Amino acid sequence: MRWGEIIRRLVVIPPTLVGVAVIVFVLLRVVPGDPIAMMIPPGATPTNIEHLRAFYGLDQPILRQFITWFGQALRGDFGRSISVHQSVFELVRARLPATLELALLATLIAVVLGTITALIGIRLRGRRAELLVDGGVGVFLAIPDFLWALILLLLFGVLIPLLPISGRIDPEIDVSLHSNFYLLESLLTGRFDIANALVHHMILPAVALALPFSALVARILKASLADAEDQDYAQIARARGFSRPEILLREVFPNALIPTVALGGVQVTLLLGGTVLVERIFSYEGIGNMAIDAVINRDFPLIQGLILTFAVLFIALNLAVDLLVALLDPRLRHG
Amino acid sequence: MVDLALDSAAGPSSRWTAALRRGGPRLWLGAALVGVLVLVALAAPLIAPHDPLEQDLMSAQLPPAWTSGGDPAYFLGTDSLGRCVLSRLIYSARTAVAVALVAATLAAAIGIVLGLVAGSFGGWIDQLTSRLIDVWMAFPPVLLSIVLAAVIGAGLTSVIAAIVVVDWTRFARVVRAETMVQLKRDYAAAARAIGLGRGGILRLEILPNLVPLVVTLLAVEMGIAILVEVILSFVGISVAGDTPTWGGMIAEGRQIVYQAPWIMALPIACIILSVIGFNLLGDGLRTLLDPVQRR
Repeated sequence: MRWGEIIRRLVVIPPTLVGVAVIVFVLLRVVPGDPIAMMIPPGATPTNIEHLRAFYGLDQPILRQFITWFGQALRGDFGRSISVHQSVFELVRARLPATLELALLATLIAVVLGTITALIGIRLRGRRAELLVDGGVGVFLAIPDFLWALILLLLFGVLIPLLPISGRIDPEIDVSLHSNFYLLESLLTGRFDIANALVHHMILPAVALALPFSALVARILKASLADAEDQDYAQIARARGFSRPEILLREVFPNALIPTVALGGVQVTLLLGGTVLVERIFSYEGIGNMAIDAVINRDFPLIQGLILTFAVLFIALNLAVDLLVALLDPRLRHG
Repeated sequence: MVDLALDSAAGPSSRWTAALRRGGPRLWLGAALVGVLVLVALAAPLIAPHDPLEQDLMSAQLPPAWTSGGDPAYFLGTDSLGRCVLSRLIYSARTAVAVALVAATLAAAIGIVLGLVAGSFGGWIDQLTSRLIDVWMAFPPVLLSIVLAAVIGAGLTSVIAAIVVVDWTRFARVVRAETMVQLKRDYAAAARAIGLGRGGILRLEILPNLVPLVVTLLAVEMGIAILVEVILSFVGISVAGDTPTWGGMIAEGRQIVYQAPWIMALPIACIILSVIGFNLLGDGLRTLLDPVQRR
């Protein structure tokens, strides 16, 4: 049954992506600002302008433009950026790893923080201190990542300058790595000086992204733990004389994990979407920061490429969560 | 039940206090924070000590009045153009409140109508709406609103439109699911049996049952709308350049964060208080209106 659902999800992916592409395409074509006007040097003749317009295909009717673009996109060619004069595919490929590493680190921090908070909360169940934990979780949930980014920047970048507040790595460090997954590669190849510098730059943005998400994990996990703790098997284990921490870790926790992954996993997309502004605030060189520049420069091909990249990531994430839930749940594994 | 009896016997004012008591501290704290925000926005010209646009380059980047070097005339100091930070914070509340009220209400209206239609008609109409929601969910919301605001151009209307276009799905998804659930209940069947049409059932039976849910979502959405306005003005594509906004103040403060950190810190504090206010209000209203939680 669950597998049927996953197949259904796979089937709707292509039309969803086409839908996203169409909406972005149409949206951008009604923009009043003219990207060509922004890039022509002073003294360009009308012929030059026409030439440029034709070069980027902007002189064609919208439908024709879309068909051309879509046909090329299917072959992995997303056009050339108007403001940076490079292939969109190459630009995204160069910047995407930075965003993925940041989002991954943030997710790890959030899962650890959220799990600890949930376990503390469940240990305090029924006491006054539980309300305190719940209230704290509520506040952390209400304040979104970009506000945390600004708060952390003020606190640990300016008032108590502990950590760098801009960029992915110090400019004076020579990063001669093969891939753009700087952190992963430097860790794997043992270049810990680079890894150290990278992590220092990532801590503030990653924690900013992690805080609201960790509150979400804490809330869902605590509710699931409370639920599982009230089930018969947990009561029976208690009657057989197992201690509460033992029951929590051995019986309750594995069962509470499934709803937490199912509900919380989908929300990782929120964290991923949050990178747009958090990267901007910390001048971190990922695709989110690049997207805002692309919008400001009216760089149509780049905006299209970036939004599609996010859409693919979102859909892939949702699917991965479904698969993970199916793998975790013994009932679904056999059924 | 005792509660109910008291309610019907007491006058309107004590009914309000009873409601506040039942909603718990969340409700009144949330209502108080939101109330202050709305009052400040309405009374901005009366309570702001200065014109928020008035520049005084001789007294630029003054720290708050109680710190050394502060000027009592500028209670929360001045920005890099010598404009009164307190007055700018107060006037920014106007944009925030206007966006919150209008954008959230419009998003709710569109979402509720589409959700009701999709949930009650089913079939291809539901399929179409659900696919549309799928497509919307595949967009990074922040990026989509930035693109939209850039496309429509600067101004309050464009900010509101960007929020409505991005956030209607929040209401549509929930209302669609809830409509389907409610239509399967006995009371909906009873309404059908006494000859009510689809429109009548939706309006008279389903909609009233959606009120607790929608009111809660609405309060939360107002908080979200404030945040989106902050994001857009922070990026620099919100209302016209000289209108003070919290996001714009943060962006300006970011430039001189080492010299004058309070310029960035103060609008952040205002935003946090507003957003927490709307969230608490939403939580409190849910407890108040949801008959299951009330018991």
